[in-house]
Amino acid sequence: MPTILEADSGFKELDKYIDGIKEKKGMLIGVLHKAQEIFGYLPVEVQSHVAEKLHVPESTVYGVVTFYSFFTMKPRGKYPIKLCMGTACYVKGGSKLLETLREELEVKGDEPTKNGLFSIHEVRCLGACSMAPVVLVGDNDFHGHVTPHKLLQILDSYRQKEGKRNENKKS
Amino acid sequence: MKIKNLEELQRIKEESLKNLNGRESKKRGRVVVGMGTCGISAGAKDTLRAIVDEMEKQSIDDVAVIQSGCMGLCEVEPTVEVQIGDEEPVIYGHVNEKQARRIVKEHVVKGNVLREILVKRGKI
Amino acid sequence: MTVENTILICAGGACISSGEQSVKSTLEEEIKKHGLDSVVKIVETGCMGSCNLGPLMVIYPEGVFYQNLKSQDAKEIVEEHLLKGRVVQRLFYKGPTGEIKPRMKEELPFFTKQVKVVTRNLGIIDPSNIDEYIANDGYFALNKILEWSPERLIEEIKKSGLRGRGGAGFPTGLKWEFTRKSKSSEKYVICNADEGDPGAFMDRSVLEGDPHSVLEGMMIAGYAIGAQYGYIYVRAEYPLAIERLKKAMSQAYEYGLLGKRIFNTNFSFDVELRIGAGAFVCGEETALIRSVEGMRGQPVQKPPYPAQKGVWDKPTVINNVETLANLPVIINKGADWFSSIGTEKSRGTKVLALSGKINNAGLIEVPMGTTLREIIFDIGGGIPNGKKFKAVQTGGPSGGCIPDEYLDTTVDYDSLTKLGTIMGSGGMVVMDEDTCMVDVARYFLEFSAEESCGKCTPCREGTKRMLEILHRIVDGEGKLEDIDSLEELAISIKDTALCGLGQTAPNPVLSTLRYFRDEYESHIKEKRCIARSCKAMIAYTIDSEKCVGCGACARACGVNAVIGKIKEVHKINQEACIKCGSCYVACNFDAVKKVDAVDLVED
Repeated sequence: MPTILEADSGFKELDKYIDGIKEKKGMLIGVLHKAQEIFGYLPVEVQSHVAEKLHVPESTVYGVVTFYSFFTMKPRGKYPIKLCMGTACYVKGGSKLLETLREELEVKGDEPTKNGLFSIHEVRCLGACSMAPVVLVGDNDFHGHVTPHKLLQILDSYRQKEGKRNENKKS
Repeated sequence: MKIKNLEELQRIKEESLKNLNGRESKKRGRVVVGMGTCGISAGAKDTLRAIVDEMEKQSIDDVAVIQSGCMGLCEVEPTVEVQIGDEEPVIYGHVNEKQARRIVKEHVVKGNVLREILVKRGKI
Repeated sequence: MTVENTILICAGGACISSGEQSVKSTLEEEIKKHGLDSVVKIVETGCMGSCNLGPLMVIYPEGVFYQNLKSQDAKEIVEEHLLKGRVVQRLFYKGPTGEIKPRMKEELPFFTKQVKVVTRNLGIIDPSNIDEYIANDGYFALNKILEWSPERLIEEIKKSGLRGRGGAGFPTGLKWEFTRKSKSSEKYVICNADEGDPGAFMDRSVLEGDPHSVLEGMMIAGYAIGAQYGYIYVRAEYPLAIERLKKAMSQAYEYGLLGKRIFNTNFSFDVELRIGAGAFVCGEETALIRSVEGMRGQPVQKPPYPAQKGVWDKPTVINNVETLANLPVIINKGADWFSSIGTEKSRGTKVLALSGKINNAGLIEVPMGTTLREIIFDIGGGIPNGKKFKAVQTGGPSGGCIPDEYLDTTVDYDSLTKLGTIMGSGGMVVMDEDTCMVDVARYFLEFSAEESCGKCTPCREGTKRMLEILHRIVDGEGKLEDIDSLEELAISIKDTALCGLGQTAPNPVLSTLRYFRDEYESHIKEKRCIARSCKAMIAYTIDSEKCVGCGACARACGVNAVIGKIKEVHKINQEACIKCGSCYVACNFDAVKKVDAVDLVED
């Protein structure tokens, strides 16, 4: 996967968008929305680029990015996987799930997988202790009584959804 | 197309109202059974069942059977209102199972108003 | 062939998240399969309001109301209702006691007690079709006022008594008059659609279900103050509202109802969407203006008010979604009609979002002056599971809780303020006897502390300190002087914070202290949570007389804290127990008891 700087097509797309809204005032937030849609997050390189194109100080861009919770400077997977680490889930094998995930996806911490599809997030109690251990994919896809085997099936269903995009771990 | 004045706006309103009204009723009429507490305690459930059953027997599907709340004529419950086409609605009182079937056979099918149980003509 | 049946399927946010799309696609498939596609029309509407019943649909001409649908139900509806003309009783609305309720939408008590002004088109028209809006008198108000002078329009709105629906209740006509009088060749209208209170979804429903009424309202406001440009500031969390607004705007432009020389007059108006980025404080006027300009949304000192110096330092009027959606109706039906609804000082209706421990959670619209009792018990259907009503929270993080002795209070700006809460945007969260009021205060304060923009010290630091104290009390480590410290902090934040959000952030604490002080005290003095909700103060035990030894609790337990053999009385190992309550829910014999932890020690 190319680094963000090499991903020229993304910058081209962003520049095209910026050129299209030139006559409008105060579009910084709008441009950042677009940038995050393209790159998935807003690293410093993207911020400086936006600053330059819009003729505003980099500090202003940074100020806006850090003010709003919608913007993130760290990459996330397209499908963030939230693993509940509340006591019940932990005891019922949450840590085992974490291990399985780390092995399968080959990632540390909350960085995204190489293909950008997943990232792992340990979260506080999700309030579904009787279904422990629980896993939440994205914002709505909730799974209870998860076993390592079931977890791999869940991952596969998302990979299939992405299908042709060649998102399989082994590829 | 640009709307330039009130007349053009009015025209669009009328055209789309036609479409919207189609939503309301394509049936040729309706039979309303008063199903307020008073109606039900006077036996409106049996009346309703008889009407639905008789409509099926006569295979009538272009008349809607509607339950409504109390029509305010509690002393003559169960009440049934029949409206066919553009005719004035007719309200029947003390409609038991037998009368209910007659209403369907006579009024809904043949268009004969049953004078002996008629309570009121026109809207409540 | 003409259309015989029209199916209105609710595509409000709640119904979509409970599976409306799959119901709709099955419905379409089945209709096609039976060759009914030329005679049955499916229309996706905005929120119908009865969100707890979703996904739901109304089938015309009969007007049959089906609820709680799954995709296989759609199949049955097609086969039974559409093909054979037999209604599917199973899918009717059932009352809290399980009896089958009248099947017509108009007959559900939930709908009959309401007066729909703002939500007049919700669930009735297709929000993505401008013609249906026009069919219901859409854009007629705009046409009418363009023949009036702006002064006459302002007079009419003043006469109607309309007050801002965003929270504070400032008279709309007066706000317009101030902005009209500010001298500038460039003025702006902003629609505040940054609805951020937890438990509030009125604006979202209006934007999704009737976007044109908001656009028309903006143009009316624009004409009144002399503006030619408007911004709609929507939060990024409302993608569907954004989509429907975009569509509505492009249709209005196509018809020339937005743009240059509207209705061949000299009035021109353009609207632009601005999307928020997740900051609650942007609902505050001055912060919102900064955010519209693309900057950090931090509030600034008032005055100058937006009426003098708003967006781009130009005179600006900021109206909330609901306020704007009221305008076309007021113009069409007249100020006198509008002011005949409601109370003397609060005219018209209010849209409310009912949620929490209530049977009919959803969106309602009632005349101002309706009592809380009517709203909660008649329209809302009361409290589920036979529990006792405890309090209702209004006004979100800026509001407070009202206990049961004030249930006969009417809902209007002034009487709610008297009770120490506010009308706010219209969220109403109902709480029953199982809700701990200290915990509720903590929840709202946590929200405010998290969302504090950090500009002024009272709000940034003060809410944090208050939160620490509340955490302590809830965790069973409260000290007696904590209540005094909370009050002291709350009052100084109220007096010194820069913006409205900071000044109102302590309200949830102040109002619970006012009505539920005993709960604070029992947490601190006796280590008892009256609602048995605070984990630190409760314990679960098994009643040895009732336990049949079925083992359901042991299987439900996530931490193996339930010990006992099958067919023998079980016991809970208190040291291992994490008090998640799973065993309590799992037991079918009422043998698992929730008790105050302080009482357990004696065992």
